[in-house]
Amino acid sequence: MEFNEIINPGNLVYKKTNLLTDKVLSYCPGCGHGTANRLVMEVIDEMKIQSETIGVASVGCSVLAYEFMDIDMVGAPHGRAPALATGIKRVYPDKFVFTYQGDGDLAAIGTSETIHACNRGENITIIFINNGIYGMTGGQMAPTSLEGMKTSTSPYGRDIESMGHPLKITELVSQLDGVYYVSRQAVHTPSAARKAKKAIRIAFENQKLKKGLSLVEIVSSCNSNWKLSPVKANEWMEENMFPFYPLGDIKVDGVAVKKVL
Amino acid sequence: MAELKLMKGNEAIAEAAIRAGADGYFGYPITPQSEILEYLMVEDAFKRTGMVVLQAESEIAAINMVFGAASTGKKILTSSSSPGVSLMQEGISYIAGAEVPCLIVNVVRGGPGLGSIQPSQADYFQSVKGGGHGDYRLIVLAPASVQEMCDFVPLGFDLAFKYRIPVLMLSDGLIGQMMEKVIMFDQIPRATQFDQSWSLTGKPANRQRNTVTSLDMDPYGMENHNRNLQAKYTKIEENEVRFEAIFCDDAEFIFVAYGASARICQKSTQLARDKGLKVGLFRPITLFPFPKKELLALAGKTKAFLSVEMSAGQMIEDIQIATKGKVNVEHFGRYGGVIHSPTEVLEAMENLIKNS
Repeated sequence: MEFNEIINPGNLVYKKTNLLTDKVLSYCPGCGHGTANRLVMEVIDEMKIQSETIGVASVGCSVLAYEFMDIDMVGAPHGRAPALATGIKRVYPDKFVFTYQGDGDLAAIGTSETIHACNRGENITIIFINNGIYGMTGGQMAPTSLEGMKTSTSPYGRDIESMGHPLKITELVSQLDGVYYVSRQAVHTPSAARKAKKAIRIAFENQKLKKGLSLVEIVSSCNSNWKLSPVKANEWMEENMFPFYPLGDIKVDGVAVKKVL
Repeated sequence: MAELKLMKGNEAIAEAAIRAGADGYFGYPITPQSEILEYLMVEDAFKRTGMVVLQAESEIAAINMVFGAASTGKKILTSSSSPGVSLMQEGISYIAGAEVPCLIVNVVRGGPGLGSIQPSQADYFQSVKGGGHGDYRLIVLAPASVQEMCDFVPLGFDLAFKYRIPVLMLSDGLIGQMMEKVIMFDQIPRATQFDQSWSLTGKPANRQRNTVTSLDMDPYGMENHNRNLQAKYTKIEENEVRFEAIFCDDAEFIFVAYGASARICQKSTQLARDKGLKVGLFRPITLFPFPKKELLALAGKTKAFLSVEMSAGQMIEDIQIATKGKVNVEHFGRYGGVIHSPTEVLEAMENLIKNS
């Protein structure tokens, strides 16, 4: 078959989302950020809220998110995205405001901003990408790194006694009364991505209700810094990350989801 | 109609913020400036004008709330005192780098560290030399009265938006806590239109998306951005110098002082004149841009300058740079929270005169 026959509008089943720019993504092949960026933009496109949305990019691998997302955005200092989002939402209560943060940003340096924005019940959406490691700086230990996980700053594996426990920040903030919706998802398979998109949609729709903060955690792989192939990284994620960070809704409509054993 | 009121400096700032049509205030309590947040809450600024007032969980959060809110092109301010302003420096650097207009008030107290809660002027270096990381400047306004605490709020906003730059009002615990009469200006309505060329409003179909950021991964791009910033600072130095000169025309000796120290020196100048001494007072109102040319002009016809600061001597360095060695510049000041009296300032001047 000739190339021209393949690239034919009649054969088109999948294309770049309208609200992604033509800028080449800076994410590594195999990383979940690209898919997560896309899902957020698909939701904003489908809700037709591009002109009413203001995003907050954070520091980490997604620091250049505003180059990929065709919406008005501000680049926050490391960890401070929820404070910026608070400021924006307070002066524009009817706009859709979201942050896009990694685990180092949200769960280490920005813990205070995260907890207090959640506790105040800011009517914003937080998209939280958790890959258990600092990606952009080259694979250092994160608060979310698993026990025994080898990183450049825990080269012999995370030792709980000296380095502390991995932080389940999502479960932690789900306890706060200001938080209305919490869900943990993944984007490594088509079905996982579909579920993640539904959760992101709910997290944006919730802003209309003005009943508190919505947070979607996306457990993602960092094959480059985990030093695995993309496929092996996804397998490692399923075997090691998901048991500690189980997927599914944690809080819906302000009510904790009961775990069925 | 303008109103005559008796107010604390801190209250005047808060009232002026409401009347200036500010859209938001984000702050964290710290002595000696907590009255600003308290006043805004008591007055229910939101009910009066729709101005948002929020108590943040820290000064770090407060300045970043300012960053976010101000990136929408609205009029946003915060206030704090020395240790709190130190915490804000990271955010201020980002705001300066991203060229976002806003107003920051520092009601300075004694330092370093937790220091004291009494008045001080020891944050001069931090205010005029940058404060956080990177090559940047703020416009720094130094009020010397409750009236100026009021007037510099709308002035600060005007300059912030004119140059897309954070403006710092460098006050101190004395001006913040003292009560004076103040003529309050009339209510200015809050803006309803925002600059679509840079601010975040949500991207409409008819314009490109706006990005507010201080990042450029390309060092040549970053160098270019820095050149543009420096060009802006030069323009500000050329156009926005403000100062007050009292009895400087025939003066042989001149006090140079800003803020509370200038108020004290005003009395010392009167006392000196009563004794027949040819003493004047030069008061920089903008600390950046610093009135370099004006001081240099005075240097040629003056025997000595006495820089009076509630610090171990910080502004004196800028005076020395400005006057290029053409005049002897000495320092006098109490610090750590101690306020010099007009008579001890006069005594320091008399000693300088005797030794000149």
